[in-house]
Amino acid sequence: MIQSFQIEHPDITPDMVGRIDAVVAENRSKSGSVITVLRECQNIVGYLPVELIDYISSGLNLPQSHVYGVASFYSLFSMKPKGRHMVKVCLGTACYVKGIKEVISRIQNTYHLEAGGTTDDRRFSLEAVRCLGACGLAPVMVVNHDTHGDISSDKVISILEKYT
Amino acid sequence: MPNLTVLDLLKIKEDTQVFLEAPGITTLLICGGTGCHATGGKSVKEALENEIQAKGLGQKARIVETGCNGFCAMGPIMVVQPGGIFYQKIKPEDIPELVDHQLIQGKPLERLLYKDPASKKTVVSQHDIPFFAHQMPLALRNKGIINPEVIEHYIARDGYMGAAKALLEMDKEDIVEQVRLSGLRGRGGAGFPTGVKWDFASKSPGDVKYVLCNADEGDPGAFMDRSILEADPHAVLEGMIIASKAINSHQGYIYARTEYPLAIRRLEIAIGQARNYGLLGQNILGSGHDFDIEIYQGAGAFVCGEETALMRSIEGKRGMPRPRPPFPAIQGLWEKPTILNNVETLANIPQIIIRGGAWYGGIGTETSKGTKVFALSGDINNIGLVEVPMGTSLRTIIYDVGGGIPNKKKFKAVQLGGPSGGCVPEAHLDTLVDYEAIAKVGAIMGSGGAIVMDENTCMVDMARFFMDFIQDESCGKCTPCREGTRRLLEILIKICDGKGEPEDLNNLETLSAMIKDASLCGLGQTAPNPVLSTLRYFRDEYEAHIHEKRCPAKRCVALLKFEINPDICTACGSCFRSCPAEAIEWQKKQPARINRDKCIKCMTCFEKCKFDAIF
Repeated sequence: MIQSFQIEHPDITPDMVGRIDAVVAENRSKSGSVITVLRECQNIVGYLPVELIDYISSGLNLPQSHVYGVASFYSLFSMKPKGRHMVKVCLGTACYVKGIKEVISRIQNTYHLEAGGTTDDRRFSLEAVRCLGACGLAPVMVVNHDTHGDISSDKVISILEKYT
Repeated sequence: MPNLTVLDLLKIKEDTQVFLEAPGITTLLICGGTGCHATGGKSVKEALENEIQAKGLGQKARIVETGCNGFCAMGPIMVVQPGGIFYQKIKPEDIPELVDHQLIQGKPLERLLYKDPASKKTVVSQHDIPFFAHQMPLALRNKGIINPEVIEHYIARDGYMGAAKALLEMDKEDIVEQVRLSGLRGRGGAGFPTGVKWDFASKSPGDVKYVLCNADEGDPGAFMDRSILEADPHAVLEGMIIASKAINSHQGYIYARTEYPLAIRRLEIAIGQARNYGLLGQNILGSGHDFDIEIYQGAGAFVCGEETALMRSIEGKRGMPRPRPPFPAIQGLWEKPTILNNVETLANIPQIIIRGGAWYGGIGTETSKGTKVFALSGDINNIGLVEVPMGTSLRTIIYDVGGGIPNKKKFKAVQLGGPSGGCVPEAHLDTLVDYEAIAKVGAIMGSGGAIVMDENTCMVDMARFFMDFIQDESCGKCTPCREGTRRLLEILIKICDGKGEPEDLNNLETLSAMIKDASLCGLGQTAPNPVLSTLRYFRDEYEAHIHEKRCPAKRCVALLKFEINPDICTACGSCFRSCPAEAIEWQKKQPARINRDKCIKCMTCFEKCKFDAIF
C-alpha cells in the first residue's frame, strides 16, 4: 500500500520518516498493534505530534479518532515535545511517605517546571510517575536511564545540575 | 535444535547440578535486581570480575548474577556459597579486600557482614538474619539462587518438571483438580480461587482459548511481580504452560508494565531459551501439546490491571473495563475463553503440580492457603521482599522480619492493598495474613504492597494522595467513579488546605458508599477504601484538620505556621544551612528564626530539624 499522505513536521526528519514507515509496515497486518506502533514511533521522534498520529492512522488504516483515543488514554504517550533530559519522579506510596512531595516542589521552584511540563530551554522534562517498583530505594528519581535512590530535597538539585 | 524429551531434561538437570556444585569452587551470588543495580551493583560485579582475573582465581570462584535477593535495603548484596555468607552494601573499592579475605584467606570479611540492629551482633550466614529466618520461599524459591538468564540453572532446581508431569502424565481434569485442591487463590488482589477459574475456562466450549499473565503491577508500593520476573522468569512461563494444558490453549500473552525494562528483557531471554529447547512451541516434550507465549507491553494505565480492561488493551484499544458477565472464562480476549492469572499465582503452579495440591493446601489458614509475598517499604528498617506463610501476623512481618520502625519513631499504620486497600492501625497488628481476616479490619490482601507509616505521616494527606491517584487513573467510563472520585478529592484537598467544614465528613461517607455501590469495575468499587479506612481509625486527625485547623503530623503545608519554638530549638543550625531560600536567621547559640517574607514553604527545615522545633 502506498502511504496516502505525506508528513511534514519540523521535529521529524526524513530519516525518522523511513523508520516510522518500517514500524508501520511491520505491524500493519497484526491486530491490536496500535499501542506497539505508537510506542516505537514515540521512541523515534521523542513525542507524538498530532501530524504523526494522523500519519500512523493512515498507515495502519485505522480511524484517526481511534489512534488519537489510544494515544491520549495511556500516560506513556505524550503529544508535547520533551526536554533533553527526562526527569521521572516516583509518586508511589513508599516514595510519598518518604518525602517525594518536598523533592518535587524543590524541582518546581528551582527550574520553574510543573509536573508534565518542559523547561523553556528544553533542558528538562518533569514527569511524576506511578510507582517505579524500586520502593527499597525510596524516594526515587530516574533521570534518563539513571536511577537515583534515597534522594532528598537538598540533594536533588546537585544531582540534576550534572545533566546539562 | 530438536525438542527436548523428559530424559534430555533430566540429563540437563543432572549435568548442571554437577557443574554448579563442583567441590572446591566458591560461588559468588551477586544480586542483579533493580534495587541493587541502582545502588551500584553493576560496578561491584565488574570490579569483582577484574579482581578475580587479576589474582588468577578463575578456577576457584564463579560469579553468578541472580535476580532480586529481596533484602533491597542492604544493596548491593552478595551471597557466597557454600556457607550462605551474606555481604551487604558493597562498594567497588571494597572488592580487593573482600576477595583477599573470602577467597584467598578463606574467612569472611567482617565489616561487610550484616549487623543485627537490636543485638548489635554480626551475622555471618543469610539464614541467621531475622529478615530471612521467618520467611518461607515458594513463589520466590529461586530468588538469589539462580541466574535468571540461564535456563539450565532453572532446570537444575526442578525447573520444567512440573510442566513435564502435567503434559505427559496428567489429563486436564487432573491438573484443575490439583490446583483446586491446593486452595491457591489469585495473588493479584481479589483472591478468586485459581482452580475454579481454570475449571470454568476448561469447560468453556471453543477451539481457541488464551492464557494471560497479568504483569501490569500497578499498585504503588508493590514490586513482587517485578522481582519474580527478574529473579525467576521461567517459573512464570512454566505456570502458563501448565495452565495452557488445563484449559487447552495454544497461545499465551504476558501483559507487562513498560516501566519494568529489566523484567521485560529477562522474560524475552527466557522465552527465547524455552523456545530453543522446545519447551514452548509445537509438540512440547513430545506430548503433542502446542503452546507459545508473547510479551505485550502496557503503556501506563493503572486500570489495565483490571481483567477486562487488560484484554481491551491487548486488543489495541483504550483500556476500559466492560460489565461482567460474560466472564472472561467464557468471553475474554478477542471474545474467546480466556484465563488471566497474576505473576505470583503462576509462579506457585509448578510446585503445586510437582508436590501435589494437598501439600500446598497444608500450608496456611482455613481459607487462605500457601504463602504470600509482601513488598515491605516505607518507614521500616528492613525494606524488601518477604514471603511468609498465610497465617503469619502483621506484627511478625513488621517487627521480626521488617525490623521495626527506624529513628525511634512510633508506628502509626501499615497500608495494605494499594489504592484499593486500607490502613491497619497498631490495635489490629495481630491480624493474621488471611484474605478474610484482613478484609475484616478494613484493608485487603491486594497484591501485597505493605507500606509502613510512622507518626509523621498525616492520614488525611494519605487519603488525599490515594484519591489523587485513583481520580487520575479512573478511565472515565462510568460516572460514579469518574465524577465521584473527583468530588472526594476536592473535599480532601479542602480539608488539607484548612478549609474543611464539619459536614465534610458526612459527605465523604455518603459519596464513598455511592461510589462503592454504583461503579462498574473493581477500581471504582474499591476506590473509596483509603478514605473509609482512615476515617474509621483516624477520625480524630480529620477532626483536628477541620475544627482546630491543625495537622497533628505536621505534613499539611497550609496548616503550618512556619515558626520555630525557641524553647525546643537547640540552635544547631541545620535548618539554616539547608534552607534554599535563605529565609532562616541563625547565629551560634541563638535559636533560629524563620523570615516568613522569604520562606517558600518547601518543608526542607521540617525534614532537617531533629528536635521537632518547627511548627
